[in-house]
Amino acid sequence: MNIKVLGSGCANCKTLERRTLEALDALQLTAEVEKVTEYADIASYGVMRTPGLVLDGRVVVQGHVPTVEKIKELILSPRNGS
Amino acid sequence: MRPLGTMQRYALAALSLPVWLFLYGSLDAAARFVVYGLLRLEGAGRFAEALFFFVYEVPKVLMLLTLVVFAVGIVRTYFSPERTRAALEGKPLFVGNVMAAALGIVTPFCSCSAIPLFLGFVEAGIPLGVTFSFLIAAPMINEVAVVLLLGLFGWETALLYVSMGLVIAISSGWFIGRLRMERYVEEWVYAVRTTHAAAEEAVPSFSERLDRSRESVKEVVGKVWPYIVLGIAIGAGVHGYVPENFMAGIMGKDVWWSVPLSVLIGVPMYSNAAGIIPVVQALLGKGAALGTALAFMMSVIGLSLPEMIILKKVLKTRLIALFAGVVAAGIVIVGYIFNAVY
Repeated sequence: MNIKVLGSGCANCKTLERRTLEALDALQLTAEVEKVTEYADIASYGVMRTPGLVLDGRVVVQGHVPTVEKIKELILSPRNGS
Repeated sequence: MRPLGTMQRYALAALSLPVWLFLYGSLDAAARFVVYGLLRLEGAGRFAEALFFFVYEVPKVLMLLTLVVFAVGIVRTYFSPERTRAALEGKPLFVGNVMAAALGIVTPFCSCSAIPLFLGFVEAGIPLGVTFSFLIAAPMINEVAVVLLLGLFGWETALLYVSMGLVIAISSGWFIGRLRMERYVEEWVYAVRTTHAAAEEAVPSFSERLDRSRESVKEVVGKVWPYIVLGIAIGAGVHGYVPENFMAGIMGKDVWWSVPLSVLIGVPMYSNAAGIIPVVQALLGKGAALGTALAFMMSVIGLSLPEMIILKKVLKTRLIALFAGVVAAGIVIVGYIFNAVY
């Protein structure tokens, strides 16, 4: 699975990255978490609120930091084909 | 901890309101008890007055803040920049400015999202002036400022601040729009295209909305409480120890240069509403004029150096200077009008 955290480095973006890693840990999955910090790249996802979470090219979260539980659900969701 | 069921959580939320009201209603008596009962301070002493102000106002403002941020948090889950953008698309200049300023209040916004939001608006073809109305209203009229004004000044001043903020956002955006400044936006901005599938997020359930709202309470209150405590402590000191009419000569009604000077000092100052409003409120009691005080607060909260540095990524210096100049001029005019009327 390809995971991207969109955000220019604000506190929320770091929290989202940390919780995503925690969620992966808890699920015992290994996936690379890539940080997208360039504004033009963030905008190319159509995201207007940071932080954003992208799973396999799909924006699943934007503008808020979900709980670790919620991120686990999103990762396991069949629509994300993991 | 076992997660609560949906019904239990609604019950908890419904129950917490009467508890909040009871506590809020008891604050005065509690503060009196602490200052005059427990500490046995003399009723008329300066120190006792300052301490009472502090002990009463800090929990009051924090409680108001918690309630308002929670309520606003729920309201905001119904708004998003995407919807706001869709609503603004194709609107003529003036109508667009009015809508953008109003939506700027309720749309979730943080300064860290200013650039992605700006890019999104430009890509959708929303006029620059309309975008500016949004970008002026969103930080200036925020819930923290409104709560502090509500708690420390009363609802009239809070309403005044909000309406003046709207007037400034609408007129400044309209004015910038008329000047056709599009070429002072960095070229790369116009090249940005959404290349990935549009963001799609499931509509949150009401209990998810409550969750998000609770998160925002944690985030906002957790961030601003030290400023509130510090601001009210300084305010309490001013109340107790600064002589009456001390400010009349500097920020008073009859000093014509006080309004532009307050704005000039206010713009580069970067403090959030939580730190500055209690201090300004205390100064008001010492002879500062309301218009001057409002102008000072607006320039500190609405225009900030860090925000302009962020905007530098997408705007050329001339446009940033124009933006700051137009908003500052608007604030000065509002300040004068208030000093003249009150």
